[in-house]
Amino acid sequence: MRANNILGIIFANAYDSVLGGMTAPRAMGSVPFGGSYRLIDFTLSNMVNAGIDKVGVITSNNYQSLMDHLGNGKPWDLARKHDGLFFLPPFSAQELERYNTGRLGALQNNTQFLEMSNEEYVVMSDCNAVLNIDLKDVFRFHVEKNADITMVYRHGSIPKLNNRLILDKITDGRVCAMSIVSNGDGEADCAANITIMRKSLLESLLREASASGAASFERDVLLKNIANLRVFGYEFKEFCPIIDSIQSYFDANFALLDAENQKSLFGCGRPIYTKVYDDMPVIYGLGSDVKNSLVADGCVIDGIVENSIIFRNCRVAKGAVVKNCVIMPSGFIADDATLNCCILDKDVTVRSGRALSGAETYPVYLAKGIRV
Amino acid sequence: MGAKKECIAMLLAGGQGSRLGILTHSIAKPAVPYGGKYRIIDFPLSNCTNSGIDTVGVLTQYQPLALNEYIGSGQPWDLDRMDGGVHILSPYQQIKGSEWYKGTANAIYQNINFIDRYDPEYVAVLSGDHIYKMDYAEMLQFHKEHNADCTIAMMEVPWEEASRFGLMLVNDDGVITEFEEKPKNPRSNKASMGVYMFTWKKLRAYLIADEETEGSSNDFGKNVIPAMHNAGERMFAYQFDGYWKDVGTIDSLWEANLDLLNPKANIDLTDPDWRIYAKNSALPPHYVSKDATVQNSLVSGGCKIEGNIDYSVMFANVTVEEGANVRYSIVMPGATIKKGATVQYAMIAEDAVIESGAVVGEDPEKIDDLANWGVTVIGAKVNIGENVKIPAKAMIAEDVKGGDAQ
Repeated sequence: MRANNILGIIFANAYDSVLGGMTAPRAMGSVPFGGSYRLIDFTLSNMVNAGIDKVGVITSNNYQSLMDHLGNGKPWDLARKHDGLFFLPPFSAQELERYNTGRLGALQNNTQFLEMSNEEYVVMSDCNAVLNIDLKDVFRFHVEKNADITMVYRHGSIPKLNNRLILDKITDGRVCAMSIVSNGDGEADCAANITIMRKSLLESLLREASASGAASFERDVLLKNIANLRVFGYEFKEFCPIIDSIQSYFDANFALLDAENQKSLFGCGRPIYTKVYDDMPVIYGLGSDVKNSLVADGCVIDGIVENSIIFRNCRVAKGAVVKNCVIMPSGFIADDATLNCCILDKDVTVRSGRALSGAETYPVYLAKGIRV
Repeated sequence: MGAKKECIAMLLAGGQGSRLGILTHSIAKPAVPYGGKYRIIDFPLSNCTNSGIDTVGVLTQYQPLALNEYIGSGQPWDLDRMDGGVHILSPYQQIKGSEWYKGTANAIYQNINFIDRYDPEYVAVLSGDHIYKMDYAEMLQFHKEHNADCTIAMMEVPWEEASRFGLMLVNDDGVITEFEEKPKNPRSNKASMGVYMFTWKKLRAYLIADEETEGSSNDFGKNVIPAMHNAGERMFAYQFDGYWKDVGTIDSLWEANLDLLNPKANIDLTDPDWRIYAKNSALPPHYVSKDATVQNSLVSGGCKIEGNIDYSVMFANVTVEEGANVRYSIVMPGATIKKGATVQYAMIAEDAVIESGAVVGEDPEKIDDLANWGVTVIGAKVNIGENVKIPAKAMIAEDVKGGDAQ
C-alpha cells in the first residue's frame, strides 16, 4: 500500500463566516491558532505525516494571507519536483459563483485537478478542526472494512455550523443512518469532515451530482448514497475542537494550556509543521511574571502574563497585565495597559495605560491592525 | 564554471575546538549551539547573506557530520542559489595525492580551484567560531577605497585583556605597521577579529608561495599575513565597533550566551534588518506553568517550564520540572532538569538529564577559593543521578549514578 497513493484536498475557506472579523482579511485556513500555527497547518501536517505528497488547497476568496503562509509548501516538505502543493483558487467568475454553493461546487470546479492526478484515493478535509490524527490508520481502517467512504467522526457537542452530518447509527463501524443538522444542540457523533474514498468514486459521484443538479455535498452526495454505498465511521477520541464561533476559537486556544491536550496535539510523535520565521527565543525581562501560558518565539515579555496564548513577535511591556488573552503575532501591549479576556488579531497595539476587558463567555475581539 | 562573482567568502570551520572539551567531542566547534536556537556558524553565514555575499565555501575537516547535515542545501540562510550558494569543502584526493588540511592557509590553498571557478576579485576569509554581526559589504568597500591587498577587521579591546589577542599597530591612515601575537606587554589594544578581506590575485600568489615554503605551518596568522607584511603589501585595519566574542572556551561560550540577557552587551538579535538565520524545525510555543517563575531569561520553542529559571538560556525542547532551579546556566536542546534539581553556573549539553535532587555547579560567591571556580559542563546525553553533586569546573562526559545525598 503506497501512502502516496492518496491525494489530499483541503477546503481552505469552509465556514469562513463564523469567525466574523477574524476572517475578514483571511481564509479560515490562515487563521492564527495556538501561538505558532495557522489552522491549515493541522490538516496539512496530518496529510504529510501520512506520507501524502500531493495536496490541493481549494480556496475561493481572501486567500492572500493563505498563499503567503503556504508559499511553495517547503515547510511541509511539499515543495516537490513532482506533485507537492497545489493552490486551487477560482478560475473564472462563473467558478467563483459555484464556490458559494459549498464543497460540491468547489470540487466541481476542480474536476480537472482530480482527473490529472494519478492517485487512487482521495482524502478531503476542512481546516476548522484542530487535531493530530494518524491518517494512515484511517486509511488502514478504510481498506480493512472494504469501505466505499470513510468519515472521521468525534463524539461531542454538535458544532454550531450549517449542514453538519451527524452519524445517527453506527454498527460495527458502518454508518447505517445519518442526518444533517444546522446549528444543532446537544451531543452526538459528529462528522469531523475528514473523508476518504476512491478518487474514481468521487469523480463518478460528482458527475452524478452535476447531472441531477445537486447542490450539497453532504445532502445530495453523502447522505443520499448511504444505502447504496458502504459508508464507515472512524471514531477519533483525542483532542479535536471544531472552531464554529469566536467563542469556540477562544476556548480551543485555552484548551492548549492543558497538559493532556498539549500531548495529544504536539507530543504524539507526528509533528505539526508551520512556516518558520527567524525569530529569536523569547526574552523574559527582570520583573516579568508569566503563569500558565504559551509563548511563541520572538516575544519580549517584561510585564505580567497569565492564562494566555501569545503568538510570535509580541511585546508585553513593563507593568502591562495580560490575562486570559489570545494575542496574535506582532501585538504590542504598552506599559501599564491591562487586558482581560481579549482576542487581539495581528499587529494590534494597546497603548500605555489602556484597559480592556471581556468576559470568559464573551471575549473582546480587536481586529487586525487596530490601535487602542 | 560558475558565474563571475565580485566577492566570495571562505569560512574556516574545520577546527576541533579542543578548549570546549566535551562540547566538541562529536561535533565541530561551529556546530556548537548558541543563544537558544542558533549554532555558532549561523553568525558568519547570516552575515554573508545580509552582506550580499551569496557564495560561501565552508571548510570542514573535524567531525563534519552534524555540520554537513545542519548546513544542508543552505536554504535557511537563503544560500541555496542557482549560481554559487553554500558549499561544504572537505579535503579530497587530488592527482598529486591526498592530505588533510594542514593549516588554515593550506585549507584555502587546497581549494584554489573552487575559488577560481567564480573568478572573484575579492575573497573574504572568515572564522566559524565568533559571535558578531558585521556588514562585510562595508568592509569590502573600505578595502576597495584603500586599494588594499589585505584588510583585517579589528576592534579595540580593554587594555588589560589585550595580551590575550593577536594585536596590530596601525598608523593614522589605517595602515597596519606591525603585528604582535599575544604579547606580554601590549603596545596596542587593536585586536584582530579573524575576519580578512583579500584581493584574490594577491592571496592566490601568497598561498602558492606559502605552500612551497618548507617548514611553514600553512597558517594565516603565523605565515601568510606576516609574509604579505614583510613584502610590503598594502595591509589595512578595518575598525569594527559592535559586539564580537570568540567563543573558543567554556567560559567565553557561557558568557556570550548570557550576554544576550545583558542590556549592556550590545548584541541585539531582534533587529529585523540584520536577522540571524538558523535551521529551525517547527516547534510549538513553549509552556510556562502556574508554579513556574521565569526571570531575565531566554526560552525557546517546545520548552516546558514548571520550575524556576533565572538568568539562563533555554534551548528548544528543554524540560524544567516543578521545583527545579536553573540559574546562570545554558541548557541545550532536549535536556531535562527533573524535580527539585539545581543547575547553576553550568552548561548542560543536548539531551542530558539531571535527575531530581541533583546539584550541578556552584555559586562563585559561595566558594572560598575563586581559582577553583569555573563553569560546570555536562556532556550530551549524560545522565546525572538523583541527589548527585557535581562541583564547579567539572566536565562530565559519562553518566553519574545517583544515590542518597552525598
